[in-house]
Amino acid sequence: MSELYPKPVFSKKAGRLLKTRLWPTERWASPWSQPQYRRSAGMLAGIIFGILLVGVVVGELSKWGDLLYRLLLTGTAWLHQTLPAYGAPAGFLGDAADITWISFKVIVIVAVINLNGLWAVWWERKLSAHMQSRLGPMYAGGFHGWAQTALDAVKLLLKEDARPADADGAVHRLAPVVVIVPAVLAFAPVLFGKELAAAKLDVGALYVLAVSGVSVIGIVMAGWASNNKFSLLGGLRSAAQVVSYEIPRIFAVVPVLMFVGSLDLAVIDQAQQGYWWGFFPRWFVFWFPAGPLAFLLFLIASLAETNRVPFDIPEAESELVAGFMTEYSGMKWALFFLAEYAYVLLACFMLSVFFLGGGAAPLPFLAIVPSWIWMLAKALAMMFLFMWLRWTLPRFRVDQLMDFNWKFLLPWSFACVGLAGIMLLWI
Amino acid sequence: MSKVDAFPGGKFDQLFVNLGPQHPSTHGVLRVGLTLEGEVITKAEPDIGYLHRGTSKLAEARGYHQCVALTDRWDYVSAMPNNLALCLAAEKLLGVEIPPRAQHLRVVMCELNRIASHLLFLGTYGIDLGAFTPFLHAFREREMILDLYEMLCGARLTYNYIRIGGVMADISPEWASKTGEFLGFFKPRMKEYDDLLSFNPIFLARTQGVGLISKEAAVDWGLSGPNLRGSGVDYDVRKSDPYSGYDRFDFSVPLGKAGSCWDRYYCRALEMRQSVRIVEAALAGLPEGDIVAKGVAKTVKPPPGEAYAHVEASRGDLGIYLVSDGGPSPYRLHVRAPSFVNLAILQEMLVGCKVADVVAILGSIDIVLGETDR
Repeated sequence: MSELYPKPVFSKKAGRLLKTRLWPTERWASPWSQPQYRRSAGMLAGIIFGILLVGVVVGELSKWGDLLYRLLLTGTAWLHQTLPAYGAPAGFLGDAADITWISFKVIVIVAVINLNGLWAVWWERKLSAHMQSRLGPMYAGGFHGWAQTALDAVKLLLKEDARPADADGAVHRLAPVVVIVPAVLAFAPVLFGKELAAAKLDVGALYVLAVSGVSVIGIVMAGWASNNKFSLLGGLRSAAQVVSYEIPRIFAVVPVLMFVGSLDLAVIDQAQQGYWWGFFPRWFVFWFPAGPLAFLLFLIASLAETNRVPFDIPEAESELVAGFMTEYSGMKWALFFLAEYAYVLLACFMLSVFFLGGGAAPLPFLAIVPSWIWMLAKALAMMFLFMWLRWTLPRFRVDQLMDFNWKFLLPWSFACVGLAGIMLLWI
Repeated sequence: MSKVDAFPGGKFDQLFVNLGPQHPSTHGVLRVGLTLEGEVITKAEPDIGYLHRGTSKLAEARGYHQCVALTDRWDYVSAMPNNLALCLAAEKLLGVEIPPRAQHLRVVMCELNRIASHLLFLGTYGIDLGAFTPFLHAFREREMILDLYEMLCGARLTYNYIRIGGVMADISPEWASKTGEFLGFFKPRMKEYDDLLSFNPIFLARTQGVGLISKEAAVDWGLSGPNLRGSGVDYDVRKSDPYSGYDRFDFSVPLGKAGSCWDRYYCRALEMRQSVRIVEAALAGLPEGDIVAKGVAKTVKPPPGEAYAHVEASRGDLGIYLVSDGGPSPYRLHVRAPSFVNLAILQEMLVGCKVADVVAILGSIDIVLGETDR
């Protein structure tokens, strides 16, 4: 009777169907025995070692910047003397060196933000993939899909710029700009290494925190103008969240400012140089008890400020589709995305300047590697933490989020300021 | 804002939001009309039928064997119990005795499918609450079960494996060893899910005390499966009305306490452990013999009469009512689909919740729209 039913179809060639799909039991049975695994690990070690080597060879970037600026000055001075000889008026060259220099710095900052967008998206995709036993992008560009986000950006540029029929056109167009411009502006005083910043501001810390708060207006505008209820809810949630978390975030910086006595980021960086007992770094995160507490508070508040999981309720995918970004497409959407990652990078640099010693090497003998490498390494380590948390934790509910801020973070941030005062008084 | 009726009744403190049919968290094409006051829901109207295919009507023009293929399309994430329910009803009409080896194989397949289905639930529930990683971890294990099914019967989702009179194919020794490999891989993973998701403080805050169903309400609304057991009602068809030899296996029925989303979630997590126990016991004690009963023809014509059979499908009590007029196709096929019955309580539960709780509650009920709409 069993002839009534067809025989199960096996792949005769492969012997069994599962041959083409390796189970995790087979795939990860002994990773080091696989040549591509060993090769990739070696490659990764080579990349890290290569970066360190480049750092040792190049040295501090700020001195190269000074050299470039001096060259510019001599160049314009030379032009200033030479041109009148050919009958050209002399006056317009007055500030040429400074204008060129500032444009150069602006281009560098915008390039940093763009490259960060490309890099961070790719990194996040790879990182999340490996946390979820996947591989992530593997084809574009050849090596581990390194060109994936660049090609995605090209796709976004070519995409239709769709706008809902009943949307408020002007506000809808303006919103991405209002989000991205403060993100660029906020990078002005950010320290990328020892004395390496686009603008030297005496109130750098205050400026960064103030300017980055402006973006929320753009998010609310996007939510309102999209004529979509999910967008509206997302925009309003975002406004409530960002405004609330701004307070503990700023209060978490106050202990650092009290320790240093200055708002200048370069001074804050300078204050953390040196070592206790010759080997233990004098970073503010180790200034027990106020330092670590402030670090944690600032980290949590920064997660909320940048709308990352577990605080990503403004764009909660499973509830609000994509929140305020729902009705955006193409490059406008990409601007929101770019701004989000720019803020993540900003928060990471802030964390490393305020708490992790900025450009200071973790051990004295490592100081041959220049400060900009350490700064970048610390910022990227923080970014890794951001991504790790994002791909591990679920999301808060909107009222729990507010409770957490007002009933937990804010009292502790006040307590932290008090602790710092006590430390300054008696220690 | 909008020119359409955003503010029902002209009241500006109420906002009408369409959740679905195209929405990432409705798990298919469910539409829920929500009336909001701020973020609080004042009214919820589930709207189903977007996936209606009329299987009951289709069955009237098909032979009994062909009807089994229809059942795969109801609850497409756990199709084996669907096959089994129809076959049990048809076998009741025909009065055939199923060989013990076929019964054991049916149990193995149904329990593996329960694991696959609960894994899908576990993963998507994590996504609903914003945790993406458990989803892919759960899918990695589910993929292994689907591979096993592909090895067994060539299909990954619509198996058509359990047939009237027995099962389609016997298992190979290689399949059994692969299943053992899977179980060995899977058992430590359940602890991993607990660490990653079940006892995560944020997850607990999102699910405990949310979407409460009392014992009485659960019974009144006719809930079944983990939704009913999450409220603490001890009802499992495998225990109360054993079929296909379930009474020969030793397993317990996990019960929830509070009836919250977390209880329903954790009931399923515990059920997976019990399913592993059953699969191991069934494979260890697999009797020799036929896999198809003697005397089942290519075209079965059961004597006139009616039969009702129900099984504990992954989502609850799946009942099949089959009426025969003596012809080659059923006169009437009625399905008591657990997803459809479970969904009804949603309109009562959602009122007074936050928007973010909608997905937590909807996800915890674990509906499959293919089964709801049929």
